[in-house]
Amino acid sequence: MSKTLVLVGTRKGCFILESDEARLEWELRGPFCEGWPIYHAVHDAESGAIYAAGASEWHGASIWRSLDLGETWTQSSDGLEYGDSGLKLSKVSGLTAAHGRLLAGAEVPGVFESRDGGQTWKVLSRLEGQPGSDSWNDPANQPPGHLGVPAILPHPEDPGRYWAIVQGIGIFETTDDGTSWTPRNKGLRADWPLENPEVGYCVHKLVMSPVDNDRLYQQNHVGMHRSDDAGVTWTEISDGLPTEFGFAAGAHPQERDTFYVIPLDPGHGRCMPDGSAAVWRTRDAGSTWQRLADGLPQQDAHVGVLREGMAIDRHEVPGVYFGTSTGQLFASADEGESWREIASYLPGIASVEVAIID
Amino acid sequence: MAELYLPSTLQPLFAGLPRRLDIDAATVDEALDRLEERWPGFRDRLCEPGPELRRHIHVYVDRQRATLDTALEVRSRVDVIAAISGG
Repeated sequence: MSKTLVLVGTRKGCFILESDEARLEWELRGPFCEGWPIYHAVHDAESGAIYAAGASEWHGASIWRSLDLGETWTQSSDGLEYGDSGLKLSKVSGLTAAHGRLLAGAEVPGVFESRDGGQTWKVLSRLEGQPGSDSWNDPANQPPGHLGVPAILPHPEDPGRYWAIVQGIGIFETTDDGTSWTPRNKGLRADWPLENPEVGYCVHKLVMSPVDNDRLYQQNHVGMHRSDDAGVTWTEISDGLPTEFGFAAGAHPQERDTFYVIPLDPGHGRCMPDGSAAVWRTRDAGSTWQRLADGLPQQDAHVGVLREGMAIDRHEVPGVYFGTSTGQLFASADEGESWREIASYLPGIASVEVAIID
Repeated sequence: MAELYLPSTLQPLFAGLPRRLDIDAATVDEALDRLEERWPGFRDRLCEPGPELRRHIHVYVDRQRATLDTALEVRSRVDVIAAISGG
């Protein structure tokens, strides 16, 4: 019988919840990674390893690895640096395991690669010369706030093709493994003045439909958007949602038109509206939306979910999971129709990923 | 030999690393090099590019705040402190 593992990155380490295919009973293990803040933990299906990107206030950024599903861990930051450029790497976050290697996004914006299971790293690209790069490479502004590459979306068939988000700047696509990039923000809305219409968009989360690699969805600062041409053009699909703002998003593993988001109040609070927790789902590519809240707290629940805070498994009936920035973890074993709280008192949750182990 | 004291946060990261050890080095920087030789990756946990000590890592040599360039005497005591931060 297969195991279902939910990997949770928190402000105080990585946690793992384990269940079977039914996903009704969960066992929690952790904290791992010595309580370091973990921004993203992922399972590499090819190698079986778990990787966790962290940044300690004391000891800097590093990437943790476990080869035994969390029993033991090591960490390495060998090569996670920008050499003599004067740029400081303050954090690694978005991890991606695909095509026999790992990619990691970093602050200052950069894409790092490891081909030896996270033991050594090298910078693949700093997206130099792209519109907006002058601001993040300014030597007088190091590190440049929280400006980084929080996520990299790989193409499932083409190792040299992937998309990177640069915070506050937008999406860039490479088809030659980071040698050159193209901004992919056409059709996005910005509620602020833009010097260059190609960039200046605050993209929070980018996902691809597993059954149609040209179908992308994004949650950004001012709306939900869909692309039917792999990000070349975007169409807004916010109508019907309670707010335009949110961080997390997820694509259904079998249905190209089904997609999940968690709208949040756009102000400073950035919590689910009206103290009432809900996930929203479209089954028609964003034409209409359904509110999914059965089993979620509907009163006095002032909770938020960060960009990597939601995940969807690939069981026949997919399970959906989300973790809040205040440490509650919720799960649905029926595509979001009903929910249960499976952990209540974790540290603030930055990331949730799910893996099925045969 | 300088006498070196390390914070408890480092031990779980490097197998066999003690809290206290003797180091033959002329400066703080050299002492970190000696530790890097025995525990690869050690230096990166205390220093960032420059090189300079990380913001929340303080080093004291004979109870005086030190930098990487601070000289060590044969009997120096070196304390590496993970500064109180965070919450």
